[in-house]
Amino acid sequence: MKHELTCIVCPRGCLIQLVKEGDQYICSGNQCKRGEVYAIQEVTEPRRMLTTTVRIEGSKLKRLPVVTSKAILKEDVFKMIDILEKIVLYAPVQVNDVIVSNILDSGIDIIASRSIKKDA
Amino acid sequence: MKSYKCVIIGGGSAGLAAAIQLKKLNIDSLLIEKEEFLGGILNQCIHNGFGLTRFKEELTGPSYAERLVSEFMALGIEYHLESTVIHLNKDKTIEYINPQGVHKIQAESIVLALGARERTRGNIMIPGDRGAGIWTAGSAQKYLNMDGYCVGKKVFILGSGDIGLIMARRLTLAKAKVVGVAEIMPYSNGLTRNLVQCLYDFDIPLHLSTTITRINGNQRVESIELSRVDENLKPIPNSEFIVEVDAVLLSVGLIPDNIITEEAGIIMDPQTKGPRINQNYETSIPGIFACGNGLHIHDVVDYVSEEGDVVAQSVFDYLTQSSSVPESINVSGDANFIYVIPHVIDKNKAVKLKFRIRRPLKNVKVRVVSGDEVLMTLPKTQILPAEMEMIQIPLTLLQKVKSDLRLEIIV
Repeated sequence: MKHELTCIVCPRGCLIQLVKEGDQYICSGNQCKRGEVYAIQEVTEPRRMLTTTVRIEGSKLKRLPVVTSKAILKEDVFKMIDILEKIVLYAPVQVNDVIVSNILDSGIDIIASRSIKKDA
Repeated sequence: MKSYKCVIIGGGSAGLAAAIQLKKLNIDSLLIEKEEFLGGILNQCIHNGFGLTRFKEELTGPSYAERLVSEFMALGIEYHLESTVIHLNKDKTIEYINPQGVHKIQAESIVLALGARERTRGNIMIPGDRGAGIWTAGSAQKYLNMDGYCVGKKVFILGSGDIGLIMARRLTLAKAKVVGVAEIMPYSNGLTRNLVQCLYDFDIPLHLSTTITRINGNQRVESIELSRVDENLKPIPNSEFIVEVDAVLLSVGLIPDNIITEEAGIIMDPQTKGPRINQNYETSIPGIFACGNGLHIHDVVDYVSEEGDVVAQSVFDYLTQSSSVPESINVSGDANFIYVIPHVIDKNKAVKLKFRIRRPLKNVKVRVVSGDEVLMTLPKTQILPAEMEMIQIPLTLLQKVKSDLRLEIIV
């Protein structure tokens, strides 16, 4: 099996060739080690970082941007969105605060990606 | 009139970096920001992928902004929010307006970190009705990510630039249906990684060599007419098809925001739409420097902040050293290049050239030439118009340069 894929780990976007020989994957075209990890992951169990927002009250800003602590299974994206849509937070929030811990029993947390002050 | 060693116009990722670096060099500055918050466009770019170069980790836009803003605040640098510069003058006086009134200040040096504007429907002249629901991608992004409003339920996106692609995914996650993305060029204008994770992941169709030729709907957008285009980018007759939508997003390019720069009489580059600069990022008016998206459009924020750092050093040198006469070399690129900056460099200073090319190229060599002498050859497996490229020119090579430096593409 031969796969050609664009690495999405960083904006550099290396074009990676991945060949499976027996149980081994041979990876070329990547400029760093993370590219190889991504390529093998992508053809075996694709994962994505999820970024979205949740509702927040008590502040001038109406939405708090959040991010997953690690890449989640691609198939879990909309399941997590459904959970996050229902959340209402109250300011203040600190960057890196855990908003949902161990979401969907994935071992992954939903993290605040900025601080939001309480506004009178 | 109050006077400052340095005034920085713009509190985004370029201006903040410049202010921080200047303070570390013991230069006090005043930063002027037109919005009511610092951090600029990063605040609405909630996706991640920022900061790999500067902070050695992957951050979201708001986290990247918060890092810079925290550092800026901790240094106690003076700043004014909700303050818009209305005039920049040759004598380095600056007039700005804010809720407290109109102010005029004198600067010894100025950093232009002005950012960019989005091109609008007017810029690309799409015919049709003027119903509600036509947005630039960046405005729609701000409404969704900061205010919590989604601009439509059935959305079409014109332009495959990064903001358009990011918004295709973002709207999908907000449960809007993204019907498709059209790109007038025969290739995508966004980073490939964004094509993969924003369009392919959600089976959103990308129509290349296609554009919107009419928007229908008087009260609210009801449908759009799409047409295929020929190699001259002209719509092909009878290739039209209608798509029903309730909103249209335009992601058709950014333009450096240089109204005050032009008014000051600073010499501009018609390609970058930013000022012409030398190796110190100094404009045609000595002591006025430029960096970030106001200078030329970037695709990676880390390089925007890096330009802020470079400019801070230049301001420091300008304020503290007697000016030496540089041995100037003009820089240009062959027909494959949209632009190469800096426009003029000093023979006695190593420099990083930055450029963009016109069309995607594979397996080529970039050659650095002076007169008929080849100074450097760099093989490139792939270069894309969507990605700014950089070449570091070492001092030893520059000293061989005669009068000009030219970049060429060899197939």
